[in-house]
Amino acid sequence: MEALKQELKNKIITTLNLEDITIEDIADNDPLFGDGLGLDSIDALELIVILDKDYGIKLVDPKEGKTIFQSIESMAAYISANRTK
Amino acid sequence: MAKGVAITGMGIISSIGNSVEENYISLIENKIGISRIKNISTIHADVIKVGEIDKTNEELVAELNLNDDNNFSRTAMIGTIAAKQAVENAGITSINEFRTGLISATSVGGMDMTEKHYYDYFKHPELVKYIACHDGGDVAEKIADQLSLKGMVTTISTACSSAANSIMLGARLIKTGKLDRVIVGGADGLAKFTINGFKTLMILSDDFNKPFDNERKGLNLGEAAAYLVLESDEIVEKQNKKVLARVSGYGNANDAFHQTASSENGDGAYLAMKKAFEVSGLKPSQIDYINVHGTATPNNDLSEGRALLRIYQDEKVPDFSSTKPFTGHTLAAAAAIEAVYSVLAIQNNVVYPNLNFENQMEEFELQPQTALKNKNIEHVLSNSFGFGGNCSTLIFSK
Amino acid sequence: MNKTYINGVGCISTQKTFDTVFLEEAIYDNNKTVLTIIPPVYKDYISPAASRRMAKGVKNGIVASALALRDAKVENVDAIITGTGLGCIEDSEKFLKNILDNNEEFLTPTSFIQSTHNTVGAQIALNLQCKGYNFTYVNGAVSFESALLDAKMQIEENDANSILVGGIDETGDYTISLFKLAGRVKDESNLPADILNSTSSGAIYGEGGAFFVLEKDKKETTYAEVLDVAIKNTLDISEIEDEIAAFLSTNNLQVSDIDALVLGFNGNADSDIYYKTISEKAFAATPQLYYKHLSGEYDTASAFALWMAAKIIKTQEIPEIVKANSIEKPAYKTILLYNQLNGKNHSFTLISK
Repeated sequence: MEALKQELKNKIITTLNLEDITIEDIADNDPLFGDGLGLDSIDALELIVILDKDYGIKLVDPKEGKTIFQSIESMAAYISANRTK
Repeated sequence: MAKGVAITGMGIISSIGNSVEENYISLIENKIGISRIKNISTIHADVIKVGEIDKTNEELVAELNLNDDNNFSRTAMIGTIAAKQAVENAGITSINEFRTGLISATSVGGMDMTEKHYYDYFKHPELVKYIACHDGGDVAEKIADQLSLKGMVTTISTACSSAANSIMLGARLIKTGKLDRVIVGGADGLAKFTINGFKTLMILSDDFNKPFDNERKGLNLGEAAAYLVLESDEIVEKQNKKVLARVSGYGNANDAFHQTASSENGDGAYLAMKKAFEVSGLKPSQIDYINVHGTATPNNDLSEGRALLRIYQDEKVPDFSSTKPFTGHTLAAAAAIEAVYSVLAIQNNVVYPNLNFENQMEEFELQPQTALKNKNIEHVLSNSFGFGGNCSTLIFSK
Repeated sequence: MNKTYINGVGCISTQKTFDTVFLEEAIYDNNKTVLTIIPPVYKDYISPAASRRMAKGVKNGIVASALALRDAKVENVDAIITGTGLGCIEDSEKFLKNILDNNEEFLTPTSFIQSTHNTVGAQIALNLQCKGYNFTYVNGAVSFESALLDAKMQIEENDANSILVGGIDETGDYTISLFKLAGRVKDESNLPADILNSTSSGAIYGEGGAFFVLEKDKKETTYAEVLDVAIKNTLDISEIEDEIAAFLSTNNLQVSDIDALVLGFNGNADSDIYYKTISEKAFAATPQLYYKHLSGEYDTASAFALWMAAKIIKTQEIPEIVKANSIEKPAYKTILLYNQLNGKNHSFTLISK
């Protein structure tokens, strides 16, 4: 689980081009959207593709992302429970 | 009140017909043009529904009598067909007789050719001619060439509001006396590029689109082209031309909210409508029919509905409908085909049905007109909104 | 009718055109077929959080527009009008390649959004929170002039008092390789290039973004007045002289009133003949300037030319590096710009002190 969280932080930083952010800047329970990391709806769509491409999880409704992408913690938990690859 | 700029000709090709007459019949007889995609091979073929023109590229080439060495994209071909119809409908025989311009609109232009041949250009010299299709102005230039039009030619690309903006610019060019006659409109052929683009935004419906319905799931893409001829009152008088309707109002504003999404309260849409009313000198209550943008994405219809409620405040919102369940969302051509539908509504005194509507949205009490309705139509308002917060409104009058 | 003044300029190009006076550091490198932009320090203008999804063209547009606003001493405008031939072509390439390479799977929206032609104008509006009129023109070599013409109409019609108008294009590697294949870009074998007296086909390509603040009032920052802009899709070489004469006469001017003529020579002998025709005949006694040896050719390169012409009127100095002949005038009051690309999309722009 810890490894998965690190992996996700890395992926988020590279995929979303967060140049000035390091892994250490993202706490497991920090909100990814809004006041936390400041991600927006387009980033959410990018994260949906990460779920699909890297973990074999397909989301049909972008709204589902809301709870899954709350934090690294929630994202990691969802992925471990649902991953197909 | 300003008189507005005369519309003297129209041409259209869409998934519901290859002429103005065919489109009108489809609209009043509920013949929809949404189906599975045939002309483009895509892995999404079984998941999406589109409004596709029922002609192959080969059929379009034959219809236009193009040589074998032509490099027309699908967008350029449907654009040429519609523009030629419009010029003929306006009874124009000598295109450069007056100061005549062409203001076109497209989102991706000849992308259909670029994506088809992208990696093959280096291997197949005979395909190199299609590289030019990617230029934003390629469609307009091909149309101008086919019409032998030598004057001002330009193209507007503001995503899904593009053609509204070309009509707006055309009307302004006539009003300011810079041109005597302008052919305005837009064309967009279906492309894998666009299908996948909208797919990544997760706003494509897997079913028939349901504008302003509480359970709407997104849009169906479509392809179309439509052009209108605008002429100065001097020419209309001199040549005793029949005026089909007039462009009486227009407005463009930017939502300045998000790259693709519309703001909660539809600021841009509200401002665009407000400007159009100012230009026309009309009051909102004078509008008899609103052809809404109504793409059936959760975001657009909510934002547009709120903007309408802001415009109408305590008054009743007039009969409104989205014609996108018939045609799909034809992007940069949408405002042009809907301009043709608006003029037809004025000429025939009808309000088209907003198909597929079942349940009112929970956020407000707005119900579109769901069945064909006959009544006197003096003024039609048509909305078109695009990515980048681009919001445009046109008003057409008898 | 209101007059239209250029009250602020900003230019990002293949030369150092920011943090400089006026082309004093310009370099004519005739051993390249494609010139690349000299980037400003983007971080000085755009926060990393905001720029992380921005295409090259968007960043250059934002910086050039910010420079123009600062130069004109205005904070916001009533309208934003842009021109671009190909938009953010790098992102278009990226999205298209992803579609083709991954068979339409695992695609993300960012490059698709950036590829929309009106992205630059929209992003500037978003940054400035400018809710006014926002148009984007995409018609080859007249993309920028369409925007300029529209802006001038807006000011004349009293629809806007101040407008940000600009032209932006960027190069993309794959697109340039296609342009080479199609013969648009000069073949390496024809280097070094002699832009003014080229005997080979193909142009030297480039990229850039130039923005202008246009206002109805003249003020201390004013560069020049935009007298007129005209666009013509098709002209034969034999018609060009008459066309220019007619354009000048609608502005109550004649050839002798023109203090400098800016021509779009790009090294393509096939279409440079349009410029040759007028430079050798009607305007033989007029100071002539060229610029695409510095900026490279791109659909909105003529915005670089307007930047240059506006600077000349303001400073009354012509940098040696842009002179196409040795004729001089005591004062540069009225400048005519003529541009076309491959014999299509002709534009005539007239500015004066």
